[in-house]
Amino acid sequence: MNLAFRTATEGESDKPRLPGSLHLHRRLSQWLELRADGTVLVKPGKVELGQGILTALTQIVAEELDVDPSRIVLLPATTGESPDEAVTSGSLSVQECGMALRYAAAAARGICLMVVAQASGVPVEAIRIADGRFLGPDGTELGSYAALAGRGLLEVEAPPDAKPKPAAERRLAGSSLPRIDLPAKVFGQTRLIHDLRLPGMRHARVLHPPRLGARLEELQEGPLPPGVILVRDGSFLAVVASEEALAEAALARIARRARWSAMPPLPADTAAWLRDAAGEDSVVAERGEPSAAPTLVREFVRPYLQHASVGLCCAVAQWHDQGLTVYSHTQGPYNLRADLAKALQLEPERIRVIHMEGAGCYGHNGADDVALDAALAARALPGVPVRMLWTRAQELADAPASPAMWVRIEATTDAAGRLTHWRSRVHSNGHSGRPGRGAVPTLLSAPLIPGGRPIPPAINPPLAAGGGIERNAVPLYDVPNLHVAMRRVTEMPIRTSALRGLGALMHVWAIESVMDELAERAGMDPLAYRLAHLSDARARAVLETAAAMAGWSGRGPGLGLGLARYKNSGAWCAVIARIEAEERVRARELWLCADVGEVINPDGTLNQLEGGALHAVSIALHEALRHDGERVLTDSWAAYPVLRFPDVPRVNARLIPRPEEPPLGAGEASMGPTIAAIAGAIHSALGVRPCRLPFTPENL
Amino acid sequence: MTAFTLNGRGVTARSDPDWPLLHVLRGEFGLNTPRYGCGEEACGACHVLVDGRSVPSCTLPLSAVAGREVTTLEGLGSPEAPHPLQTALLEEQAGQCGFCLSGIIVTAAAFLRDNPQPEEAALRAALAPHLCRCHAHQRILRAIMKVAA
Repeated sequence: MNLAFRTATEGESDKPRLPGSLHLHRRLSQWLELRADGTVLVKPGKVELGQGILTALTQIVAEELDVDPSRIVLLPATTGESPDEAVTSGSLSVQECGMALRYAAAAARGICLMVVAQASGVPVEAIRIADGRFLGPDGTELGSYAALAGRGLLEVEAPPDAKPKPAAERRLAGSSLPRIDLPAKVFGQTRLIHDLRLPGMRHARVLHPPRLGARLEELQEGPLPPGVILVRDGSFLAVVASEEALAEAALARIARRARWSAMPPLPADTAAWLRDAAGEDSVVAERGEPSAAPTLVREFVRPYLQHASVGLCCAVAQWHDQGLTVYSHTQGPYNLRADLAKALQLEPERIRVIHMEGAGCYGHNGADDVALDAALAARALPGVPVRMLWTRAQELADAPASPAMWVRIEATTDAAGRLTHWRSRVHSNGHSGRPGRGAVPTLLSAPLIPGGRPIPPAINPPLAAGGGIERNAVPLYDVPNLHVAMRRVTEMPIRTSALRGLGALMHVWAIESVMDELAERAGMDPLAYRLAHLSDARARAVLETAAAMAGWSGRGPGLGLGLARYKNSGAWCAVIARIEAEERVRARELWLCADVGEVINPDGTLNQLEGGALHAVSIALHEALRHDGERVLTDSWAAYPVLRFPDVPRVNARLIPRPEEPPLGAGEASMGPTIAAIAGAIHSALGVRPCRLPFTPENL
Repeated sequence: MTAFTLNGRGVTARSDPDWPLLHVLRGEFGLNTPRYGCGEEACGACHVLVDGRSVPSCTLPLSAVAGREVTTLEGLGSPEAPHPLQTALLEEQAGQCGFCLSGIIVTAAAFLRDNPQPEEAALRAALAPHLCRCHAHQRILRAIMKVAA
């Protein structure tokens, strides 16, 4: 099942290993273009999701080329023009795209230096580069990137011997360059897809079936607002109007006139369903003797979670003689193109997907789905650009959900309380329903059109890519005997896919809760108990730093801690939480320390870690998809409450600098530890160990 | 036809007076910053000032602003003449995707006008209608408090 999964950096190449995505896209001109006006065009395959990646990439390239960052121009990821870097996900963009660009820029610099040296007779070692100008020992300008533009110097494969600057020589990479995209956002200049206005553009709304798999049985006839066009293609229904207000009014009318086929009820008790549901079983990790009589057996459950972006999914599609152009806030333009091609039965080369930024994206939401909705609506009006926008109810209820999960842990300790055996089992639907990875499209409306096939159950990213269901299921702690198993549930009553952190949110909380309880049984402090089982030096460093920041040793009630290394291969993060519990639990303050290896932009990294931690507070205390067996009920902000300003805890965040180490990503690392820390703090304050998310009064 | 003042300029809207002000501002007047997040007054993204008060524009009919003053973020500041809140948000790098910011700035501007020396708790309460799902809250609060100081 997982063979369909591909990260940006894996793939067949018998050539020498090059960093990140450069390994697969080896030609320098795929990444960089020197331009006669003195700017440098950079072509990343990764996309801006609000996480600040474009700023980090700008810093990396400007550093290696020795140009001012203002000279860097970034091409939004576009199929046919940008390298295919698969999906912007998994906190991997600096590793895959950033490291490719660092190496490519170093190679470009080397080539240009060589050419200038040969032309001027000045040896390479005697030339320095100042903001793109090549200067001789006496300050004479010998050439420039601008003057070398248009000569095809970058039409070569990256050489195996390019030399990016050593860490000690970096000035720009490692500094907190202000976000390059933020001014436009603060002043409301057109940057977001919602603001794209093409000549003659029309506004569309779509009517989705109330449940995955339902078919349109009847659409009663009736008038629509003047000028509104109804698009019906099998069970796909949309309305197209000249103005947004008309499209909305028309949608409300057809929603009342449509009758859909009945569907079997959704599982009433998620935990019971997951425990017994059929699926594919596999062993995640195994070492030592498999079993012993457990000292402690605990089960944990979390609900389906919703992405709940503050913006609405949006796409603009236009059919023309050559095919189809789609503007999209997708995380993977090529992946989207692949599924659009399958669904529309069009050659991929006839589809052009152009990335435009959307509202914040925390995983695979409806960004891809709405692109097909736009394309299907626009197909009825050849030549006309059609802007499709989802409604708030669709954004919450129709985008893929993050799967509910059930975990059981059995831990065994020796007489001294030391861990000897760890055995765990997790059941969940797959965490990836992304497009472009299988024979059947996964886009929401694909099954609705004639010839469409049902959306297959979500797959699971393999452990090599961080895993999905099993992400962080293997504890970071020293335990000689271990057995971790998983089941990918193959019945998918609610469509699932990736949400920030994937399975890590669940496992880090579950593991840390068991560690807390074992510490209590051993009569040890939770911090000391962890340190006694922790030989990973970088893990110890973040944990001890966070503990010192929070004043853990002199702590009162209401403090808890959580620790993880994201994906067991990414960034280390420790979080300490202080909560107050009255009629409900409120997080009051967080202290977090992270080690993300090399940091390209410290302030941007802290922004990501703070944002991830607060997102986790929202998940820990507020968020859960609810349904009544028939349909998802959490389709409004009133029904799906999230963290708001009055309840936001103070966050104190610190990085451990490791400029010589590879960068590891920061977008997701703080989430699992934050949920774990809040759970520990709840036990400290109330004496209750939460076993069901979210930690609301009903679940405690 | 609905006559009102938009960002200091007298305008006459030809849109249907029953349409939500948000769609008229974004559609007929081509403004970007009033943002469509929910259409149910629950996320704060569409806030504008009507006679100086921060209100959601997603359900307010156009007819309700006849003869009144409507100010969007575009009317508060520009790159050439930024509002102090815009300057502070940039200094504090207070944002990620930016979608929520226009509504937040509009509300903060009205709040600071009425509460020049606020407690942070009062600011938090004033911003309760506004969601930020990138969770840049702490930076946003810091930037706004900086302007107050």
